[in-house]
Amino acid sequence: MAELTYLQAISDGLRQEMRRDKRVFVIGEDVGVYGGAFKVTLGFQEEFGPWRVIDAPLSETAIVGGCTGAAIMGMRPVAEMQFADFVSCAWDHLVTVAAKQFYRVGTPIPIVVRLPSGGGFSGGPFHSQNPESSFAHIPGLKVVCPSTPEDAKGLLISAIEDPNPVLYFEHKHLYRRIKADVPEERYTTPFGKARVHREGEDVTVVTWGAMVYTATEAAQQLEGDGVSIEILDLRTLVPWDRDAVLESAKKTSKVLVLHEDTRTGGFGGEIAATIAEEVFEHLDAPIVRITAPDSPVPFSPPLEKAFIPRVDDVTKGIRELAEY
Amino acid sequence: MAIAREAEPVGSLHEIREAGLDREDLLTIYRNMMLTRGIEERGHILYKQGKIPGSFYTGRGNEASSVGVATAMGPEDIGTPLHRDMGVHVTRGVEPWRIFAQYMGREDGPTRGRDGNVHMADAQLGLIAMVSHLPAMLPVAVGASLAFRIREEKRVAVAWYGEGASARGDTHEGMNLAGVRRLPVVFICDNNQWAYSTPTHLEYACETLADRAQAYGFDGVVVDGTDVLAVYRETKRAIEKARGGGGPTLIESMTLRMEGHAVHDDAFYVPKELFEEWARRDPIERFRSWLRENADMSDEEEDEIAAGVKRILGQAIERAEQSQLPDPSTVAERVFARPEDLDTPHHK
Repeated sequence: MAELTYLQAISDGLRQEMRRDKRVFVIGEDVGVYGGAFKVTLGFQEEFGPWRVIDAPLSETAIVGGCTGAAIMGMRPVAEMQFADFVSCAWDHLVTVAAKQFYRVGTPIPIVVRLPSGGGFSGGPFHSQNPESSFAHIPGLKVVCPSTPEDAKGLLISAIEDPNPVLYFEHKHLYRRIKADVPEERYTTPFGKARVHREGEDVTVVTWGAMVYTATEAAQQLEGDGVSIEILDLRTLVPWDRDAVLESAKKTSKVLVLHEDTRTGGFGGEIAATIAEEVFEHLDAPIVRITAPDSPVPFSPPLEKAFIPRVDDVTKGIRELAEY
Repeated sequence: MAIAREAEPVGSLHEIREAGLDREDLLTIYRNMMLTRGIEERGHILYKQGKIPGSFYTGRGNEASSVGVATAMGPEDIGTPLHRDMGVHVTRGVEPWRIFAQYMGREDGPTRGRDGNVHMADAQLGLIAMVSHLPAMLPVAVGASLAFRIREEKRVAVAWYGEGASARGDTHEGMNLAGVRRLPVVFICDNNQWAYSTPTHLEYACETLADRAQAYGFDGVVVDGTDVLAVYRETKRAIEKARGGGGPTLIESMTLRMEGHAVHDDAFYVPKELFEEWARRDPIERFRSWLRENADMSDEEEDEIAAGVKRILGQAIERAEQSQLPDPSTVAERVFARPEDLDTPHHK
């Protein structure tokens, strides 16, 4: 075990896979000499050379489309979008080509697209988004959103191993803030298995990514009030662990769904609908959703603070549920 | 003034021998062109009979271009042919009965009824299936060539697009990356003068699309797309250059789309005189005359090829009609690949 930041854990997983498997290569903007905008691939080009750590032109379409072609030829490409927001420029290649190729012609597309996502730094409308639900809606794409260093490494290795296109959302606010022990050896973390981040009896909070920590703070604040909170970290949205969510909903009978993405069409709606369809009789209160509002991510600090769900929003939501 | 080079026609049997084709190869090319047109003509009849759902596209007028390019490819090379490039599938060896099964949405088509018409490819034969967003296949082919470059394999990717697709950003991004990295890829622009109803002067403002190659740091060539031997020779040169580390080439193959965008379209917007002019340059007729004049193709050989193609088509349609329609209960199956599905020729 070594204590690593979330960012170091991503680097560690990627480096281990590249050492183990010659088919794995990295391509993105400024990933080589500069080591990536957030330094995830710092030192990689020195170790693996310029043809396995490829500085691409400013071309998200060519990066992701190129990964698809290379994957069909037997490689295991890992693309870096400099910011998750820029994946919009590669939409066609994920949604039109990569997502459908296996269903259409039986050709697997094992690519990973790393997506530094999330707000909290006045990144404004184009450096802060959490577009996971857009891709979760597309059959054929897998969506991964790790929250801990251990999962960041294990899920990245699983993503590289997976024979499908995987969108790997790494939350920027966790990069250097979150530190924990991470096994030094290679390991995989399975997709579709939620993690109980905190066990509790009264209210279930279903969440992922950076919101796991917002939920944790809220739960700590409510300890004094005698409300026991269970936090489920989904880890992956496609596939998502329906069984774990439904079991926890049955246990606590009260569910709050929390995400940093905007509300309408956000993945929380899918979770809430599934709970309502499957375990309605077990519920003692309507499901609560806490999300960002339906607006672009604003720049100015007071506006951005009002945009991203805060601990107070979560404690308020939990209190209401507990008292219902 | 154009920047790109204009390809010369091939004059004699001797010249084409120097480019790597013997007399038997030439007859095979002729057969493949006949088979390509035959598949599309018979497909059109089946469509009118209501046996093919959806829409139906043909590449009439493009047989020399598609067969010529595919003939120049090596067995280990790969390509991303589009909807006017049936000749590529035929030349690479896709069995015609599977093409008809594909048209009819049957289980034995290359997409097992999951996709239709020319949206197909046999990965075993080094082909990658197109999507409707045509220029999207350029970055994919460039990515395949990137894999060859990373692994230092002497293989080449061939990427098709049309003059319509040249207007999209994917074309630029794919060519730019290929140029920057001098990747082993050859771009084939099937310029058939009409993108659905849109003429060339509303798609681009340069003199030729091959001129754009210079902006990406590689060579451009314009070739008469009705001359199968000229197409073959230019593509062969470009492929061998790419294989030797010389980087990409852009070949613009000039044809006319001799039918509508799809069979519902009567192409009323194309001047009649243009059709008449290009009908006189019909690629199959042109090559047939060349073979008779330069390679002594006899009446017997010609009849034998025609009869062989007819026989294959008849048997192919019969076999395709016996293929099962997909089981509706499987609609949501095989959306995601399993690890064992990676056992493809490329992943071994």
